[in-house]
Amino acid sequence: MKQPDTRDETSAPAAQLSGVAGWIEHRLPVFATFRKEYVVFQLPRNLNWLWNFGAILVVVLLLMLATGTFLAMNYTPTSAEAFLSVEAIDRQLSGGWLLRAMHMTGANLFLASLYIHLFRGLYYGSYKAPREILWISGLVMLLMVMTTALAGYILPWGQMSYWGADIITKAVGAVPVIGDTLEHILTGSDHLGDIFLHRFFVLHFIMAFLVVGVVGLHVACVHVAKSNNPLGIEPKTPKETLSFYPYYISKDLIGLIVFAMVFCALLFFWPGVLTEPDNYAPADPLHTPANIEPEWYFLPFYGLLQSVPSKFGGLLAAVSSILVLFALPWLDRSPVRSARFRPICRPALIGVVIAFIMLAVAGKHHVMGGWMLVGRLAALYYFGYFLVILPLASRFEKTRPLPTSLAPTKGDA
Amino acid sequence: MVRFSFQHRTAFAAALLVSLPLMAQAAPATPTPPVPPHQKWSFDGPLGRFDQKSLQRGFMVFNQICSTCHGMRSLTYNDLSGIGLSQQAILDLAHAKQVPGPADAAGDPTTRPGLPDDHLRSPFPNEAAAAAMMGGVAPPDQSRLAAIQPYGADWLYAFLTGYHMPPPPGAPVVPGKFYNDWADGHLIGMPPPLMDGGVEFPDGTPDTAVQQARDVTTFLVWASDPHRNDRHRTGLYVFAYLSGLLVLAIAWKRKIWNRGKTRNAQDADDR
Repeated sequence: MKQPDTRDETSAPAAQLSGVAGWIEHRLPVFATFRKEYVVFQLPRNLNWLWNFGAILVVVLLLMLATGTFLAMNYTPTSAEAFLSVEAIDRQLSGGWLLRAMHMTGANLFLASLYIHLFRGLYYGSYKAPREILWISGLVMLLMVMTTALAGYILPWGQMSYWGADIITKAVGAVPVIGDTLEHILTGSDHLGDIFLHRFFVLHFIMAFLVVGVVGLHVACVHVAKSNNPLGIEPKTPKETLSFYPYYISKDLIGLIVFAMVFCALLFFWPGVLTEPDNYAPADPLHTPANIEPEWYFLPFYGLLQSVPSKFGGLLAAVSSILVLFALPWLDRSPVRSARFRPICRPALIGVVIAFIMLAVAGKHHVMGGWMLVGRLAALYYFGYFLVILPLASRFEKTRPLPTSLAPTKGDA
Repeated sequence: MVRFSFQHRTAFAAALLVSLPLMAQAAPATPTPPVPPHQKWSFDGPLGRFDQKSLQRGFMVFNQICSTCHGMRSLTYNDLSGIGLSQQAILDLAHAKQVPGPADAAGDPTTRPGLPDDHLRSPFPNEAAAAAMMGGVAPPDQSRLAAIQPYGADWLYAFLTGYHMPPPPGAPVVPGKFYNDWADGHLIGMPPPLMDGGVEFPDGTPDTAVQQARDVTTFLVWASDPHRNDRHRTGLYVFAYLSGLLVLAIAWKRKIWNRGKTRNAQDADDR
């Protein structure tokens, strides 16, 4: 039995549309394009649950923009009023507590989903040709989201906001030659005050909306290069693919609902898991908190920052840990994409995940005592994997034989 | 600083990474403060709820005792509807306070009676004045006290019931300081605030210092997290909704994907 809708994608029903829809379609084929890209769009039939995070990230981004817009309407970016305006949102604004809780939970789970999404790309080799631009646009987005999150965390102007900002601006100040200038561009004056807060408010805002633009690019890339899949081989026949609607829509929907449940559990029942109590004390430049640490999603980079004995070196290591990912398509020359068929890279990549987590734990302990060694070893391994193991493995690794087709075989879930 | 000696300097990185969880236990980052004994609170846990009666008694304690030195500036009088105060009670409460008003025709500052929208009046005009009056340290604002303080409710209760008069033998005696088991260094400038019969509860609850401590702790936790009851209730509704939706979504997905499998079998037959 043939399925005509999966064969002929471009014979869109332009002619069938009449009235306003037909008028529009004739001038700008939105309906045909939507049908082509979101209805009959073909995806490998073996995508697993890790492929849900793309859709999840889009939905969370929209939620962040929606809640953020209304929060911004009630927020005052001055050092005297910022903390109190956030308190007023939480207490007096009708439904404000929910708005703010969604925004905070959203920020945490956005970063969490982004890390999972990134790991999926690493594990299944989704950065390899022809998906290099897809990969790079994703990394650009990661940097932008991290900037947005950093700026956003500063806005409530609590103790952690203030002292976190203090560490960041001083770290930037450690850059040789231009450090002082850079620091001044960030702070806007000789102390962290109104100008700084206002700048970061605008930065938070602008970055968030720029991310939407890069999401557009990223999604466009995936629609041109098509999705990778757990086996890492390209589908060759229509039998190896399934259409986005209804197959992957129905799967994405389940993923989204399960994600929403995790989201709600954290938001409604365990908010303490994500909030930092110290940030409910207003910023006090005269009183340094006993224990300054960033949000969990920055801890690995905080670990790197502290593991290197020089301030600038630490900053360099933290930034390089992401920059090195940009070079990944050219560091890993192996033709095999999926780690499933790479006996060296698979355990080595799990090691990278462990090293990343260990950097976070070391960061949480301020790399004191034994944690200094842990942080350094983890840092060494992290960079070692990308710069040494991966390039060498592409040459010497004996990969397992690739299957010839994505079509389901017996015992394949 | 934590001293940690490593014997296996030449160990492989991988081997070290495996052994890390052991180190996590061996190397606490900072000396941990003593843990106050855990109390049973109705508002604990993911489904906990504040006891409205206890909140109202707690507010009486706060209003009559704590608020003479501590502010709670993030709250408005209206927010007290959250503990079940009537609009009239809130209006009366606000009206009883004089707050700064607009300048008069001559440009002199005036005061006016408070309104429900006004924030709770702090006992001191500013932090410096508070510090000057209270022996150098301003009494902390209590809006988020229970959230900021480690072990929140348990610590507050332990602290409020942790004074020793006279101090235990051997404890240093400093004039103007009081001995408390849970204060930093066991000495604090705040005198014991609660005593038996210090506040009379109209609902017949025994007015012991311990009861007052329980109630005012409940009130302070509410002040730090005033929407907890709403949050937990809304959460349950949302969860029930999502669970129903999940069942439907799973049913839909199964139906569609089973069709996919059939399609594939048929395709195979065609070949």
